[in-house]
Amino acid sequence: MVTTQDKLQVKIGNLELKNPVILASGTCGFGSEIKDFADTGKLGGIVTKTITLTKREGNPPPRVFETTGGLLNSIGLDNDGFKNFVFEKVSGLEKLRTTVIASIAGNTVGEFVKLVTGLSGIPVVGAIELNLSCPNVIHKGTRFNLLSQDEKAVKKIISKLRGITQKTLIAKLSPNVTDIKKIARAAETAGIDAISLINTYPGLAADIHTMKPRLGGVTGGLSGPAIKPLALKCVWDVYRSVGVPIIGAGGIMTWEDAVEFMICGAAVVQVGTANFVNPKAPFEITEGIKKYMKAKKIKSVKDIVGTLKA
Amino acid sequence: MKLFKARIISNNKIAPDHYVLSFKMPHAAGGVKPGQFFNIKVNDACAPLLRRPFGAHKINRNKIEILYKVVGKATEILAARKKGGKLDIIGPLGNGFTINPQTGKLANRQAIIVAGGHGVSPLIALAKKLSDYGARIAVFIGARTKNHVVCREDFKRLCAKLYVATEDGTAGYKGLITDLLTAKLKNILAHNTPTMYACGPKTMLKEIAGIAKRHRMHCQVSLEEYMACGIGTCLGCAVKTKTGYKLVCKDGPVFNAKDIVW
Ligand SMILES: Cc1cc2nc3c(=O)[nH]c(=O)nc-3n(C[C@H](O)[C@H](O)[C@H](O)COP(=O)(O)OP(=O)(O)OC[C@H]3O[C@@H](n4cnc5c(N)ncnc54)[C@H](O)[C@@H]3O)c2cc1C
Ligand SMILES: Cc1cc2nc3c(=O)[nH]c(=O)nc-3n(C[C@H](O)[C@H](O)[C@H](O)COP(=O)(O)O)c2cc1C
Ligand code: FES
Repeated sequence: MVTTQDKLQVKIGNLELKNPVILASGTCGFGSEIKDFADTGKLGGIVTKTITLTKREGNPPPRVFETTGGLLNSIGLDNDGFKNFVFEKVSGLEKLRTTVIASIAGNTVGEFVKLVTGLSGIPVVGAIELNLSCPNVIHKGTRFNLLSQDEKAVKKIISKLRGITQKTLIAKLSPNVTDIKKIARAAETAGIDAISLINTYPGLAADIHTMKPRLGGVTGGLSGPAIKPLALKCVWDVYRSVGVPIIGAGGIMTWEDAVEFMICGAAVVQVGTANFVNPKAPFEITEGIKKYMKAKKIKSVKDIVGTLKA
Repeated sequence: MKLFKARIISNNKIAPDHYVLSFKMPHAAGGVKPGQFFNIKVNDACAPLLRRPFGAHKINRNKIEILYKVVGKATEILAARKKGGKLDIIGPLGNGFTINPQTGKLANRQAIIVAGGHGVSPLIALAKKLSDYGARIAVFIGARTKNHVVCREDFKRLCAKLYVATEDGTAGYKGLITDLLTAKLKNILAHNTPTMYACGPKTMLKEIAGIAKRHRMHCQVSLEEYMACGIGTCLGCAVKTKTGYKLVCKDGPVFNAKDIVW
């Protein structure tokens, strides 16, 4: 007999998720605050705030600003570093009773290696998401400002990490590239298990009275409903170019948005900005997907993925 | 559960740009501390996208009042909301003011409250609590014009002394509230060293932090930063303190004035 649970189950790499709805990096901290609002055990999983090897203070305020249908942020990878993660955050993550995906970023291949080696020994970490939307220090001075714009750097990092960990590896890509398909294929060739897209779009907002930028960091990343059609196109493009599963994100507020991402090729969806507006959104999205499947007599969520008639 | 739907009991204009909205608290509002805030979704639509934070203005057993100034889209929509409608609210959030005579935080049961602009809002709840403790309070209200001075009567009932300053001189002292405070402080400090509480624009709070430092007064300030989540997950509401960035929504909004890097 197929239970509802089985119907919602998805697999990425060797990681089983009880349902395809997970919380996006940087929008749920390390899960402890979300526990006040709902049973985290019902989530498909959570992706932690991006962890770097050493503590980062983050950008000067203001760090967030609302624009039409969107949220512009310049947080600046504010986090307490890897050691703090191990000693202060892991025990809290164990209490969430859901799959934990650790998001990491490094300046050098060496930093990525240290982080992945460390995380590989932590049982609660089910998978590792590589946040490649960080400055490209590896090939400094090239025209690729971000790691995820640099096909060669992406290949180099992932091949190296593939060789040192059994954990499921996910590459999170930036939409701020000429051809996202190329970057996705490079990640696949290097042995990635899944591709997560998209991170925020670069943006800017200014105050016309003071002539000052709205964000302390001047520019920031745009998320929320405003970027949804752009994200859907990235998902569809990459879906047709690679064989590994896609984790889709960008402006998902409702279950209808989530299903739309699945139709365009996402096997799993991440909910980000919506958590700020409604901490229960991911739970309501999962319930909505269940009802949709029942109404349409769909046996497994997998059957929705990539069904776009185009 | 901090996430709830509340019925609007009333929503009244009290000054040209100021409104007071009261809503029903589903659980004992006795648990709300002065200085804590509520993050409110003003409608069910995607625009505005985010919730908006508002301090607790009056705290009753099962009713909370917020006082807000219409400054943009969300507050405009809120002003148009009708009695009987529902609001989606998260709260109470944040730490609130510390009022504990035992720990000496409220030195000599004497307090000075300084309110600038819509900063009066949470200070009414605070004044109420302080007066319940039997504190003697001097209140300083600063506003742009006479029309912007709100809560005068409420404060009068709760405090021993009330001072008003307006920038254009249409009510009280003509000039900045911090100047009036400096002028009156000499006399007040001759008798005791009160605890100071302030809420208002950052430039005013910075001045007040300086005044408190010069006179070695304990001073608590309630800060505002642009917020996305209000619950400590987005790291958006950072404020620089002497020990690094802190979050206004989680570590604040009330801070010891001497800890802030102004
Ligand atoms: C802890 C806290 C308590 C507050 N308490 C009160 C109160 O009791 N009464 C009151 O009148 N106002 C209060 N405010 C300010 C209030 O939240 C803003 O005035 C309101 O969000 C403006 O929304 P808007 O869409 O009408 O204006 P907008 O046109 O969006 O913006 C006007 C200004 O409001 C501020 N603002 C806008 N969005 C946010 C946000 N999401 N978070 C924080 N600030 C924002 C910005 O400084 C902006 O420049 C408080 C703010 C904070 C952080
Ligand atoms: C405030 C904020 C902080 C974020 N921090 C991170 C981060 O640390 N690492 C990361 O990979 N993505 C981060 N993101 C990007 C989100 O994970 C997500 O990819 C993006 O916001 C698009 O999804 P959404 O529109 O549902 O929010 C952040 C987004 C926001 C809004
Ligand atoms: S508003 Fe999100 S952390 Fe404070």
